[in-house]
Formats: sequence, structure tokens, C-alpha cells
Amino acid sequence: MSTQASTIQSVAPQGTATRRIVMGLVFLGLAAAIWFLFANTTQADLVTTFTLNPGGSQFNFPNLGFTTLPVLHALASACALIGAFQLARGFGRSTNAVLGLVAALFIFAFLSWVASGTSLNLAGLLRATLIRAVPITLGALSGILCERAGVVNIAIEGMMLTSAMVAAIFGSLYGLWVGLLAGVLAGGLLAVVHAILSIKYKTDQIVSGTVINIFSIGITSFISAKFLASYRYLNNPGIFSDIQIPGLVDIPFLGPILFSHNIFFFGMVVFLVLLHFGLFFTRWGLRLRSVGEHPKAADTLGINVFRTRYMAVILGGMMAGFGGAYFTLGSVGRFDEVMTAGRGFIGLAAMIFGNWNPFGAFGAGLLFGFADMLAARLAILGVRVPSEFLLMAPYVATMIVLAGVVGRGQMPAADGQPYEKEGH
Amino acid sequence: MPPVLELRNITKRFPGVLANDHIDLTLNRGEIHALLGENGAGKTTLMNILYGLYQPDEGEIFINGQKAEIHSPTDAINLGVGMVHQHFMLIPVFTVTENVMLGSESLQLGGVLDRKAAAERIREISEAYGLAVNPDDHIRDLPVGGQQRVEIIKLLYREADILILDEPTAVLTPQEADELFRIMHSLTERGKSIIFITHKLREVLDIADRITVIRRGKVVGSTTPKQANQSKLAAMMVGREVDLSVHKRAAKLGAAVLQVQDLKVADDRGQLAVDGVSFAVQAGEVLGIAGVQGNGQTELVEALTGLRSTHAGSIRLLDEDITRADPRRITELGSAHIPEDRQRDGLVLNFPVADNLVLNTYYQAPFSKGAVLQQNTISEVARERVSKFDIRTPGVETHASSLSGGNQQKVIVARELSRPVKLVVASQPTRGLDVGSIEYIHGRLIESRDSGVGVLLVSSELDEIMQLSDRIAVIYRGKIVDVLPAKGASKEKIGLLMAGVVQKGAKASPKVAAKKKAVTKKTAKKVAKKKAATKTTRPTKRRKDS
Amino acid sequence: MANQDNESKAPAQKKSAFGIFLQELGRGSVLVPILAIITGLFLGGLIVAVTTEAVYTTWSSSPLEAISRGVDAALRSYSALFNGSIGNPERIADALASGEGAALRRAFNPFLESLTKSVPYIFAGLAVALGFRAGLFNIGAEGQLFMGAICSVYVGFALTGLPAFIHLPLALGAGALGGALWGFIPGLLKAKTGGHEVINTIMMNYIAFRLSEYLLRGPLQRPDTTNPISPFIETTAQLPRFFDSPIRFHLGFFVALAAAYGVYWLLFKTRLGFELRTVGANPSAARYAGMNIVLVTVLAMSLSGALAGLAGANEVLGVNYTLAPAFSSGYGFDSIALALIGKSHPVGVVLAALLFGFLRNGALQMQIAANVPVDIISVMQALILAFIAAPAIIRTIYRLRAPAQQDDELRVRGWGG
Ligand SMILES: Nc1ncnc2c1ncn2[C@@H]1O[C@H](COP(=O)(O)OP(=O)(O)O)[C@@H](O)[C@H]1O
Ligand SMILES: [Mg+2]
Repeated sequence: MSTQASTIQSVAPQGTATRRIVMGLVFLGLAAAIWFLFANTTQADLVTTFTLNPGGSQFNFPNLGFTTLPVLHALASACALIGAFQLARGFGRSTNAVLGLVAALFIFAFLSWVASGTSLNLAGLLRATLIRAVPITLGALSGILCERAGVVNIAIEGMMLTSAMVAAIFGSLYGLWVGLLAGVLAGGLLAVVHAILSIKYKTDQIVSGTVINIFSIGITSFISAKFLASYRYLNNPGIFSDIQIPGLVDIPFLGPILFSHNIFFFGMVVFLVLLHFGLFFTRWGLRLRSVGEHPKAADTLGINVFRTRYMAVILGGMMAGFGGAYFTLGSVGRFDEVMTAGRGFIGLAAMIFGNWNPFGAFGAGLLFGFADMLAARLAILGVRVPSEFLLMAPYVATMIVLAGVVGRGQMPAADGQPYEKEGH
Repeated sequence: MPPVLELRNITKRFPGVLANDHIDLTLNRGEIHALLGENGAGKTTLMNILYGLYQPDEGEIFINGQKAEIHSPTDAINLGVGMVHQHFMLIPVFTVTENVMLGSESLQLGGVLDRKAAAERIREISEAYGLAVNPDDHIRDLPVGGQQRVEIIKLLYREADILILDEPTAVLTPQEADELFRIMHSLTERGKSIIFITHKLREVLDIADRITVIRRGKVVGSTTPKQANQSKLAAMMVGREVDLSVHKRAAKLGAAVLQVQDLKVADDRGQLAVDGVSFAVQAGEVLGIAGVQGNGQTELVEALTGLRSTHAGSIRLLDEDITRADPRRITELGSAHIPEDRQRDGLVLNFPVADNLVLNTYYQAPFSKGAVLQQNTISEVARERVSKFDIRTPGVETHASSLSGGNQQKVIVARELSRPVKLVVASQPTRGLDVGSIEYIHGRLIESRDSGVGVLLVSSELDEIMQLSDRIAVIYRGKIVDVLPAKGASKEKIGLLMAGVVQKGAKASPKVAAKKKAVTKKTAKKVAKKKAATKTTRPTKRRKDS
Repeated sequence: MANQDNESKAPAQKKSAFGIFLQELGRGSVLVPILAIITGLFLGGLIVAVTTEAVYTTWSSSPLEAISRGVDAALRSYSALFNGSIGNPERIADALASGEGAALRRAFNPFLESLTKSVPYIFAGLAVALGFRAGLFNIGAEGQLFMGAICSVYVGFALTGLPAFIHLPLALGAGALGGALWGFIPGLLKAKTGGHEVINTIMMNYIAFRLSEYLLRGPLQRPDTTNPISPFIETTAQLPRFFDSPIRFHLGFFVALAAAYGVYWLLFKTRLGFELRTVGANPSAARYAGMNIVLVTVLAMSLSGALAGLAGANEVLGVNYTLAPAFSSGYGFDSIALALIGKSHPVGVVLAALLFGFLRNGALQMQIAANVPVDIISVMQALILAFIAAPAIIRTIYRLRAPAQQDDELRVRGWGG
């Protein structure tokens, strides 16, 4: 119960002190990592060159070149200073933003170190990061739709996988757009199953999600082995080509990074904005969130809890379906067994990381997308430490951040609880 | 003119319970009709039927003489019926505006919320009826009284003519309740009709135009305040002559068992909820802590039982300092704890009764040998306790969840009082229980006291405090404003203290005393009102969730 | 309420593990799980029939013929599944008649191989079930299993010259320890900071995969190859097999049964188990009762990880004798399903694990003999899980009456913040 706080003096809320210290230590740790891992292993005379042209643009942006070592030292000092301040005073409310800044500094230091003595296409990396963030963010948006209405959806992975296959088959037979539509519908269909199990039969939502995940892995591998392996023409849909947004794409540096993508990227941006606006500024969103926070209260105001939840879960499934189609129609051009490789789960993590907010989830999606991108490229870059350890970094970072910053997030209060209508 | 509302022959069965048994009820325009009955009588069920949340098995509803089909709250709302539920139906992370508009939103083009328009209407309503709220506050930042005003505004926003208030005073001080009654009168003056549910006799006589008493789902009688008096109503409500006064011997006081010095405790949000409290409980006495819910009682009890860390001050149990002790140590020293929320803290609902009876002693002999539980001993002891404490259960392997509230509480009492204890901390021990269980638990507490145990009774039921206590301490905003002997203490005086009003000559913490010196009853009301207003307009410090 | 009478009449009877389990099952109806399995198997056959190519090639000329082709394919699959998992009855009869060793071994191999296949399922299912009991959703069995395999393979090949009775327990212990560490970390984070164990175990899975990739290309790589594969373990670290080739049935099966009994004993007979279940069922009440929630949570996650680690250790020490990157085939998910189908009770988990072992093993034969991809098994598993989780569906299909008392529901604590 809330107390009459106005006259009562405030004591430092429990937990913030530890949080401050953990974050401070994280910042200092990153500074130390720049020093010992990067600066220590860099010769003084090496020069880093970043190419700022992702290619395909008329404008030729000059390369960015600098001597590596001093820049590394500067970056490390900056991180250390921020860390010291965090330990001593704390950034209070803007800690999360500062965390983002430090992460960016660290990543820049890392890239400078990787590219010392050679050149690295920074613009290309950024573009690839954005692309890799697409399925993760779409997965997170799917999760947000469901969970804001109070239904936990751990079946995003399965929905994406099934949709990827369905999109590939229909895309091969009837063209890309039909494939995309079929993929979206496949995601929606699995969501119907999830909804019926968890809303109608009140099955535990995690159990129901597990059912769909196992089913999806099974059925896609089954069909893939049975048909796609022998009938190649069923698995050759091609991919959507990039759309250049006229005018904007010619902006130097940013243009090609942001405005030359296929429909999945632009779709993600549109859904991101739409979902944020829809959730927080429309009747639809207010009702959807009310059902996820306090279904009984919503019910007493005449809101149909069941219908709202069905709608949210099915839309969420379609969102996952759109994200799944990305794998076959937006990226690879064919279906491979278990090709989503856990992206749905990472999307779930991004949703929690982003505190059930679309833009927060997108931020987390970028972080994971960057990791994903590195995984694909590090081998080519020829890095001097075992790449596996660098690849672990984002996962470790997520855990540390969860421990220090997000901790108990603001999840919808009725998330995961089936609604029982009494007295009928 | 036909009555605004007429319920005919309403019957509702739940598995094993006949909650409403052919109930008739009429409500006239501009009337306050009190529905009186003890816990479990079926009042809420009846109102849920009227509001469309439940479907009756039999019976008809007429509104303004027309037969009404109410299948959902939407139907009820459209017919002008509105209900403030016993447990508020508010969403803590939403603002007042969002909560009020939910379900009948003001819109701009294309489904976009028009928060401004809604907030404007809320301001209008709040001025018209004297319901102070700030539309932009988040519910989670509002005190209980403020939340209740929001609930009432929700009805008025939907232009309800028939207002149902389900036990609205349960969470209010007597003074706040008076404020609510003022609002209710201003509503009836404007032609609204109110069904007012309660189990408190005094209130009914104060405010109702008519009274209907129900017992075990049946209407046992209708009367008016003029024809009735408290004892007559009580007899109707319970079905027999009840004498809720507890007979107890004079206290045989012993040494202090619990000593609290300058205790400060923070709540979950880091605000000081207990602010420099000092008192002692002596062996052989009941010290009652009176106060409106939410004035620091929960945090105080949690600190005393080791569930919450203290901010400053000290707590001594017998001869040991337990300020930083954990719950287990405190239990072992001989402190029993009957927790406020029995289902959350006191029981594991899907464990057998037997396991619940040893929930905090399972690791000791004879229930464990080394690392191994002694199931047979546990069951045997459980059977003994079930019969000794008159716990009605099919067996000791039955899950606690299938017991009635009264029997669940008896499980806890049995567990706590079967140990050799020196102190009993009982927090809201009879909340929501039936009369039989209440009598039983009161008896057990007094029995403990008479056997030389110190009892700390925390309750927001003033009657309970007055009946059981030897001394009464009143807590207000985390401070003990006064401690007085129960003998000779008047309800009015304690009620005022509960509202933070300290009368001339009373000892209290200097700050409060200085501010409120020599306040008469009349001005006290005004003060309370003003305070409520400032409370709700306080700008929210918490961050929005979007 | 019937168990009231039972209880007074036979208080001793309810103490047995199986008894409690049957009681829990019987509360709804033993019928439901059995019907769920049968229905799941039937629907699997239906999918096989519908996806038979001959059905489509003959449909236009003769639908009846097409249908019979489909039914035929399904029946052939079932018989292959049976032969592959339990054994070919004729062959068993012949082998028994001949009494020849090799023939007998070949005839009984499917059955014993199914038992062998169920060993990691038992361990992994127990791991998740133990977590559920403590209110923890361990989605990281896969990573813990991997860490267990890595640790035990390392001890298996790096230590030489030890007698088997020392080496084998050491290798198993290392596996348990590796898994325990991978459970301990998310457990600690959960208890101390409230970080979601679901997310943290997912992260730990990925870290384990990366780590194993690194190790198998670096320190643990077999010297004579460029493939990411470890050296073979010493024979002293192998879990002994009971029969000659081709039978791979090994001691691990009995270790797994012992572990199941151990988990049962721990959960229902000990103080720690009581604490663990209390924390899982109602953390507030556990705090009230003076239990150390941090310790219990950390212990539960560690034990859960150790069990998953043992699953990996058994595969390495009993079946493969070496470790390659992709050796784990989705045990993570399957273990969640196992724990749920077994209602988080050790007896139920063992039964469910046997079912999965038999299905998985039979599926190989199904693929060879009936050309049905093994993945159909996952589909069946999902369907069985769905029917067990939503018994109302089964009751509707078979027109069973709802039980007087509510089923013990399958409930998992979601994000458990
Ligand atoms: N949803 C329900 N399911 C089963 N029994 C119920 C339900 N709601 C109320 N009851 C039972 O109906 C009776 C009347 O309850 P209620 O109307 O809440 O009483 P009151 O509001 O007068 O205290 C009680 O015995 C209660 O246990
Ligand atoms: Mg009620």
C-alpha cells in the first residue's frame, strides 16, 4: 500500500547503491580491457584506417585514418573517467544512456584495434549490424505484443522457423510476395495454437510455447528432409532486392547505411514506430496493456480480455512470421534446417533487456546484431585473440547488465497468468 | 414512479455454496440502501450479478421498471450501473486519466487517445462532487483514499445512476469515512442512488436510508435506521445473540518481552515507513497497535519478525538484541508470528496441511533427524494439532488451498502457538474471517496472554483492538502518536488519533504534537480534507513507464 | 474426498515414490497420459500418411488407392518404429530358438539401445524437473550438458594410468561439476540480483557453445587432425558395457536410475528438499519460515546443472568416448518437455525419458526402413506434451468426464522476477 510519502523523509532506496557500484566496476573493467587487451598488444606506429563508404554510393567519403595507440589510450581514459565518476557519484537516471555511451566507446576501441595496420569498412559494419538486428528486433516486437497483453511467448523461435520454411516453399512456387504472406500467416497460425492452448485451455504459457518450439523444429526438419532435399525447386525462392529510398540514399555516409535495404528492414522500422505509437497513444494499446496489467480491472470496464489477448497473440505470431520470412526471403534465399539458430530466443532476451518497450528492444537488438555480425566477420578480419572469446562478450555483457541495471524490470503485472472468468 | 432498481429472486450457486438464495432487493431514486451482512454472506456475489460479472442461476433484474438483461459489465454500464469493487480495480502503472478513461476512451482521429479531453472531464467531475484528484498522477503513487476517489470518478465518468460501493470504508479512518459519507450525500442529492455494502453496524445507522440484512445468502430482514439499533442488527446479521466482547481477567504483568527503541524502517520504495517508534510489550499483556492500514504497521511487523532490515534503532526480544537477526533466529528465541497476508506469507497453499503445520520447525527434532525429514512424526503431530485446534480438514494430507479462510488461519495459529513462545506478533489475525473463527482466534490470543505470553496485536479493526488490548498504541504515518490504557479509551478518541489528530495534553512525538496542538474535532476534519487534497496533487516523482 | 480414508487406513503405503506418483497421476486419471501418448502417436502416423508421395501421385487416378497407400505407409512406419525400438519379434523368436550369442545380441540390441538412448534424457529431464520444483526455469540444460561433456572428456583423456574405479568416478564427477558451474552462475545471479534465470541460462548456453568451439580447436583438439574433435578417452574412464558389440548398453543407465532415486529422496525426504519445494511453491512463505532463499536457489540451480552435466558426461563416457561440437541434439528442449510430461516428479521423468528414448531409437529404423525422417518424433513429442498439458482436449476427444478434483496443473513460474 502506498504510504503518505510527502511528509516522510526518503532513505536511499535499497539496491541503487549496489547497482551504482556494479555499473562503475563494469565501466572500469571495460577501460582496463581496452588497456590490457588492445593497447598493450598494439605497436606504437600502427595506423587504423576506417573506410566510410559502404559501397554503391556516388559520394566518396574520405577514409578516416589515425594512429591507433593514442586513440586507444584516449578511449580507455574516457571509460575510466566515466567509471570513476560512476563509482564516486553515479549518473543517476542517465546511467543507462551512459552505459550505451561506454559500450559504444569500447566497441570503437575494439574496432580500431582490429583494424590497426589495416583498413576496415566501418560503414559496411554498421550496415551489417542493422541488418542483423532485423530478425532479433522483429522477434522482440512479437514478444512485446504478446506479453504486453499478458501472454508469455517463448515460441517466437518456433514461429520464426516454421514461417521461414513456409515462406521458402510458397515463395518458390508462387513468388516472393505470396511467400511472405504465407510466412506471416504461418506465424499467425502457430500463434492461434498458442492462444487456444494458453487462453482457452489455460495451459501454462511456457509449456504451450515449448510445445510449439518442439513441434516447429520437428515439422520443419521433417518436411525439409522429406521434400526439400529431393525437390530442389521447392526451396529456391530467391530474395527481395534492396530498395533505395530516393534522395535519402544519397546522404553521404548515412544514406547507404540507413536507406538502402530490402523490405524486411523497412518493415521493421515501420512496425517499430507503429507499435510504439499504438501501444502508448491509442485506444488499442491502452486496452491491450490494461489486459496485461490487470485483466480483471479491464473486464469490469467491459473490455473483452480473451478477445484482446487472442488478437495480441495472433498479431505477435504474424510479427514473428514476418521475422521468420526474413531468413529465407530476405537473407539466404533458401531454407536450411534450424536456420533461425536461436535468434528467436535472442529476440526474447532483447525484449526483456529493452524493458518491454519497442525502442528499448531495438537498442538491445542492435547490440546482439553487432555480436552476430562480428561472429560472421571476425574470421575474415584475422584477429589476434581467439575470436570465440570476443564472441562471448555480448552474452557476458548481457548477463552483467541484467544483474546490474535491469534487474527486476517493469514486466507487465499479469504476464504469464491465465485469466479466469468467474461465476459463469 | 417505479424503483430505480429491483432485484427479484436472485439465486446463485457456486460449487458447494449457495451464495445467493432467492434474494429480493429494491432501490429507490436518491436513496442510500445499505446491504449488511458478515463476511461470506453473499453481498459481493449479489452485486457482481447486478454488475454483469456473474450470471445468476435464477431471478430477474428490473431497472426503472424495465426488465434488464445484464450479461456483461458493458451491459451494466450502458444501463447506468457502476460498481466500486471491494478490491480496487485500478492499474497501478497507469495514470488516473488512463484508468478512468479505459473502456470508454475519448478519442481523436483514428483511435488516438485524447488524454487532454478526458483529463478535463475528470477535473470537472472532481470539482462538481468535491472529489480531489490530479488526473496526471499514477495510481501507484496515490494513498488508498485517493484511489477510492478515482474509483468513484470512474463511475461518474460513465454517467452511472446506480452506484454500488462494496465495503468502501474497510480501508479508511473514521474521519476519511465521514468524508466519503459526505460525498455519498452529495451524490444522492443529485439524483444518484447508492447501494452501500458493509459489515460495520455504526456506519449503517449513520448513513443509510434503508437497511437490508443478508445472512448465508438469504435476506433475513429489511429495516430503517430509526427502527433499528446496533444489537438488533448484529443479531440479524449473525443469526444468534452475539456477544463479541471478550471476557478476560485482569492482566498479570511480567517483565518486558519485547522492547523497541527509536526504530526506523524503510518501505520497498525507500521511504521511511516506521519513523522512530519506541514501545515495549510486557509478559501477560496484549498491546494493540491501532491505525489505518498503510501507516507503517506492515513494515513494523516485518522488522520485528526479521523479514525487513531496519534503518535505525534497536529491537530486543527477552535479553537478546534482534535488530539484525534473521527470521529463524527470532522464531527460535520464542517469537510467534501470525502474518498479515496468510496466503502469501503464512502458508504454502499447495502443500499438505501437515507440512504447513511444521513450516518453520521442520528442521528441528523430532521432525528431522540429521538431514532427513521424519514424515511419520510430522503426520502424527499434525493429526494431534488438527484435533486440538479444531481445524476442519478432511485429513492432514489435504492441501491447505482447499481449506476455508478460517481453517487456514487456524493452521497458522496452531503452528505458531504449539511452540513454547514468549511473544506473539499477530497482524490482522481475523481479517476476512467468519464470526466463529474470529471468536476462536480471539480466545486463543487471550489464552496466550493469560498464560504469561506477551501479545502484540496489529489490527485496523478498531473493535478488535478495543476488545482484546490491555494497552493501545496508535500509529500514524510511521509514528506512535499515543499509547493509552484500553480501559476508558473511547472509540472517538482513538479514531481521531488514527487520523493523526493529537489532543491537548497527550504525549506524542513533538513534531506532530506541535503542529496539531489543540485541534478540535471540527477543525480536524478540515485538516484531514486539506491534507487529502495536497496529497493527491503532489507531483509524481516516479518515472513514467513509457 | 477419497484420500482421507486411504490415509487413515494405510498411512505407510503413501510413502513410496511410485505410490506418490501414481496418486498424483491418479488424481486426474491415469487414462489421460496414456491416451495422450496414443493420440500423439496416432497423429504422427497421420502426418506420415499425408506426407507420403505415393498418395499424391495416385490421387488423381484413384483416391481410394491413394488412401490405402497412405495408410500402408503409416503402418509400415509403426512397425519399423516398433522393430527399431523394441525389437523384431520374429527375429527375437528365431534368436531365442537358435540360442546363438551374436544373433541374440542383434535381436535384443534395439531394446537395449533404446534404454541407452534414454540415459541422457533421464538426467536432463531430472535437471529441469529439479529446477521446476524450486521455482526455477532452467532453460540452459543444453549448455550445462555441454560443459559436463567437456569436463568429463578432458578428465577422461588427460589423466592416464589411473585404475578404472578411480578414473571413472573422477570423470563423471568432473562432468557433474562442469554442469554445476554452469547452473551455479545463473543461480547466483538470480538469487543475488534477481536477473531472470531464463535469459541468463540462454546466455550461458551460447557461452558454452563458443567455449567448446574454442576448446575443440585449441587445447582439447585431437593432435593428429584439423577437425574440431577431442582425443579418445582412456578405457579406464569408460562406463563399462554389459554386452559385446553391437550392444552399447552401459552402466550409465543404472547410474541414471540411481540419480532419479536420489532426486526423489532429496526432494521428498530431506530438509533441503522441503526447503527447495517451499521456495519453489511460495518464496514469501519460505522467507517467513526462516529459510535461506539465496542458498536454496543457488544450490537448486547448481544441482540442476550437475544433473544436466551428467547427461553430457554419460554420452561421452558411455557412448561416444570422444567429443565433437554438434553432439548434442536438442536435449535442451526435450528435457523441458520431459520434466513437464513427468509432472516434475522423478518417476514421471524416468517414464517420459524411456518413452523418448524408445521413440528416438525406433525413429532411426523408421527412417531406414520406411523412409520417414526421424524428425517426425519431435512432432509426436510436441503433440503428446500438448495433450498432457491441456488434458481438456483429451477429455473432449474421448468424452471422458472431468475429474472431481482439479488436476495437478503443469505450472512453471514465467520470468520469475
Ligand atoms: N467465484 C467464486 N467461486 C466459488 N465460491 C465463491 C466465489 N465467490 C464467492 N464464493 C463464495 O460465496 C459465498 C459468498 O461470498 P461473497 O459474496 O464474497 O460474500 P461477502 O461479500 O458477503 O463477504 C462465500 O462462501 C464465498 O466463499
Ligand atoms: Mg465481499
